[in-house]
Amino acid sequence: MPARGDAGRDASVPSLAWLRRLGRRVLAFCSRLGRANLFILRVLAGMPSVIPRFHLVMAQIYHVGVLSLAIIVFSALNVGMVLGLQMYNTLVNFDAESALGPVVALSLVRELGPVVAALLFAGRAGSALTAEIGLMKATEQLSSMEMMAVDPVRRIVAPRLLAGVLAMPLLAIIFCAVGIGGGYFVGVGLLGVDEGAFWSQMQDQVDWSEDVVNGIIKSVVFGVVVTWIAVFEGYESEPTAEGVSRATTRSVVYASLAVLFLDFVLTALMFGAF
Amino acid sequence: MREGKRDADNEAALTGGRHGNLVELHGVTFGYGMRCVLDGVTLRFRRGCVTAIMGPSGTGKTTLLRLIGGQLKADRGQVLVAGQDVGRLDREALYELRKRMGVLFQSGALFTGLDVFDNVAFPLREHTRLPESMIRDLVLMKLQAVGLRGARHLMPGELSGGMARRVALARAIALDPMVIMYDEPFTGQDPITLGVIMKLIRLLNDSLGLTSIIVSHDVQEVAAISDYVYLLSGGRVVAEGTPRALRETASPWARQFLGGLPDGPVPFHYPAPDYAADLLAG
Ligand SMILES: Nc1ncnc2c1ncn2[C@@H]1O[C@H](COP(=O)(O)OP(=O)(O)O)[C@@H](O)[C@H]1O
Ligand SMILES: [Mg+2]
Repeated sequence: MPARGDAGRDASVPSLAWLRRLGRRVLAFCSRLGRANLFILRVLAGMPSVIPRFHLVMAQIYHVGVLSLAIIVFSALNVGMVLGLQMYNTLVNFDAESALGPVVALSLVRELGPVVAALLFAGRAGSALTAEIGLMKATEQLSSMEMMAVDPVRRIVAPRLLAGVLAMPLLAIIFCAVGIGGGYFVGVGLLGVDEGAFWSQMQDQVDWSEDVVNGIIKSVVFGVVVTWIAVFEGYESEPTAEGVSRATTRSVVYASLAVLFLDFVLTALMFGAF
Repeated sequence: MREGKRDADNEAALTGGRHGNLVELHGVTFGYGMRCVLDGVTLRFRRGCVTAIMGPSGTGKTTLLRLIGGQLKADRGQVLVAGQDVGRLDREALYELRKRMGVLFQSGALFTGLDVFDNVAFPLREHTRLPESMIRDLVLMKLQAVGLRGARHLMPGELSGGMARRVALARAIALDPMVIMYDEPFTGQDPITLGVIMKLIRLLNDSLGLTSIIVSHDVQEVAAISDYVYLLSGGRVVAEGTPRALRETASPWARQFLGGLPDGPVPFHYPAPDYAADLLAG
């Protein structure tokens, strides 16, 4: 509704058409952002009613968390092994291959763990959430729930948002742990880096609050953003088969872009020297 | 306690609804954005009766049900349910009222993640604190009423269209509503299922003392089970009466609709330029 331009009126000035289109897009984006904010406020207002019925959240943690475990573990293993291999090849030129442990661990804990886990989470759990809620809307399940005097925002959306926010950091931690395991396997197992050096240097150089806590904070933020986008896109989707499929695509694209952008912002805040 | 309160409510509803009408719409106008869908319609639904709203697709029949259920608000006019103005209720009161309304959506709208039993139990679990053993009894009773007690472990995906609607019906009556609304209950059903659903609508209405509102464009079926019919077209009520009276109506539009004639006041052809001229133009 917001960006209804008066198409006919300025037809005599074609050079301004692009400006009008741009303005329309910006307005549409702003109104969507506004709706997303109002939506999350509604969800948060419904949170208190979710806490006493925690079994609803547990079921969703299973769906978004446990069912994402396989791809998280598989990806983490591969990322860890590639890291081990690449870093070894560089470090060995400086006779510094004993630093492989901290290098692998720091890249995972600070960046790759939270970011890659969040991207995978958006692809696996986020898209499933959007499709599920969109389908419930398209098949009038949400409408009929409303008519049964049950608020779908409280009953359906709130437990899913909470589950996503809780599951994301856990998945990121698992990603880091498995990734370090992959780096260890390649570095120590295959390339012959000293095992003691690998672990002790890692212990030495990875700081609890500086690295681990910051990584966890990142993944919490990503969890909020990815799940928020997923449930919002599902809830706002056009209630047709086509509308749901478009919403699912949008959910993954927007969530991935948001994760990468926020990663830069958070990294600058946490580790930036400016 | 609860029962006593409900009786008192019903009493209030009885005195509140004039002329024994449970649901009334007075001059209701509604549009989506600029487009006017309903244009000052006045409808009355008598307590204990099966009333049908008929009309071609896109005339706003579903919209009408959503107005009664308070999911949409009328731009002008009044929607009264049990004497309460639905458009003016706050959220709490509206939700309280909805607990006493059942709606059967066009698709059945069963929760795909829950099996038949849990679907029917859903409103009971959300709105009552009954022990699980009593919920089980109630659910089995409702399922027995629609003849699907044996299907309680099936998932919605395993049901035929007709069964899904019957389960949805059992769910809609789970909280013993005072009014039940059906959105196109006959569309796309085979003859046997159709007969079953027709029988159920009438039977439940009479045995549970419900007030039923059916939205449909299936002329024969509706004529067979309803006490009163409204014909809707172009956002207005074009005819009303008992099914028998309507068949003898003079309105050409009503006759075309009820008789299922392809041409009449509603033309067979979508507006187009002259046929011969169109062919020659290419
Ligand atoms: N959410 C909506 N937004 C805009 N227009 C709608 C919406 N829902 C229905 N309409 C339009 O309103 C008209 C009436 O719709 P509806 O009540 O579903 O008709 P019916 O149930 O009689 O087929 C249709 O022309 C439809 O296109
Ligand atoms: Mg309809």
